[in-house]
Amino acid sequence: MTASLTLRPTLYEELLPGGGHTSFVLKRGQLLRLSDLEGGANVSLLLLNAAEKSERLNLPDSLKCQHTAKLTAGHCLYSDMGRVLAAITADTCGWHDSFGGVLNAAEVQEKYGQGRYQELRNGFFRNGVDNLLVEMGKWNLNLQDLLMCLNLFSKVTADRDGRLHFQAGNSKAGDYIELYAPMDTLVVLSALQHPMDPNPEYAPKPVQLSWSRVDSDGISVLCRSSRPENARGFHNTERLYI
Amino acid sequence: MNLTHSDKHPEAAVYRATIAAGEPFLCEVKAGQTLRLLDLEGNQAVDTLFYSAKNPRERYDPQRTLRKQNSIYLTTGTVLYSNLGNPLLSIVADTCGRHDTLGGACAQESNTVRYALDKRYMHSCRDNFLRASLHDGRLNKADIGANINFFMNVPVTPEGGLTFEDGISAPGKYVELKAHMDVIVLISNCPQLNNPCNGYNPTPAEVLVWD
Repeated sequence: MTASLTLRPTLYEELLPGGGHTSFVLKRGQLLRLSDLEGGANVSLLLLNAAEKSERLNLPDSLKCQHTAKLTAGHCLYSDMGRVLAAITADTCGWHDSFGGVLNAAEVQEKYGQGRYQELRNGFFRNGVDNLLVEMGKWNLNLQDLLMCLNLFSKVTADRDGRLHFQAGNSKAGDYIELYAPMDTLVVLSALQHPMDPNPEYAPKPVQLSWSRVDSDGISVLCRSSRPENARGFHNTERLYI
Repeated sequence: MNLTHSDKHPEAAVYRATIAAGEPFLCEVKAGQTLRLLDLEGNQAVDTLFYSAKNPRERYDPQRTLRKQNSIYLTTGTVLYSNLGNPLLSIVADTCGRHDTLGGACAQESNTVRYALDKRYMHSCRDNFLRASLHDGRLNKADIGANINFFMNVPVTPEGGLTFEDGISAPGKYVELKAHMDVIVLISNCPQLNNPCNGYNPTPAEVLVWD
């Protein structure tokens, strides 16, 4: 668990409501903080190189090069090209999930029942596949680009036999994670319950998004120095800008 | 681990091919056919991807597969699901007992991160996937998602650790899958020399198909 100690002027803030989806380019040198306002939030995250969108978040590469199945402060989120799309520079909840993925429309209906726009208007039951797909479509991306996603604020453990367990209460009200972009990174977000959250009610939680600019690259020291692999990952990333 | 054997005879197979160490491979398996991947000499990671032959945009989905079986390892009884939520194949026999789907495929770029910048020019699975895909014409880079590493041992601890361990496979170990739809099978017989996934000695693997 690593809190952020530095006060930085905020460039912009926005509320991502429960069920919402959004996407934007996090520019090189910017920091995005995602804050869980009520506790129990879940945000599905995909990342791409904004300038060359065939380069995408690769969770297997990220996990194996850092010898971890959980992602938290000090870890980097790698593209398939060996570059750091984002570095986790602060994190107060300690575990973000790589296993659970997202539900599609049929799976959401099976879990929560029918929740159509016709009856519920903007409270209709969204699903992670369509949320991410629609947002990616705005950048001319498609189904092929819907890769393994990271579920922020959620924790799923594997026991000694490999059985998976959703750990409720991983994120509390006020918990946050900060993502630092050492390159221009397209960020795609969907705020829906984790697929393995046992709550039978459709009740997605809101998340506050906050952008700031980092004056020096010193913020990435924790991630650069946490493993020798990450020093090489940052080296690969900086080669984009020589 | 629960090991399950098959009663199928290699002489009755309708198709057999040996993939030399470090080579790419692509073939089709029809709905109802059974595919066996055989680790001929032991400790050989066989990096594999599956696609619907009718719609190659439909591909193997590791997160849905893990979620639906509520388990991190693949073995007999595992149903491999697609990104559209359909079953692609089921594992029907397995004499190895555990296969990985979190470790992904090695690549020139990830080798620079994992080992050293000058490891960039070693052969890799991602290069094999691209070579086979682009020659076939139905697949390209965008289709290459996270794969299965048959015969590879990547234990995940309850504390969230993940390591590449020495293989638990051995000469003659195999895994068998029954296809629920016509599938494209894309394989890289892993050439990685920098970690124990191939016992530091990549070796051939065999593919067999039965009607």
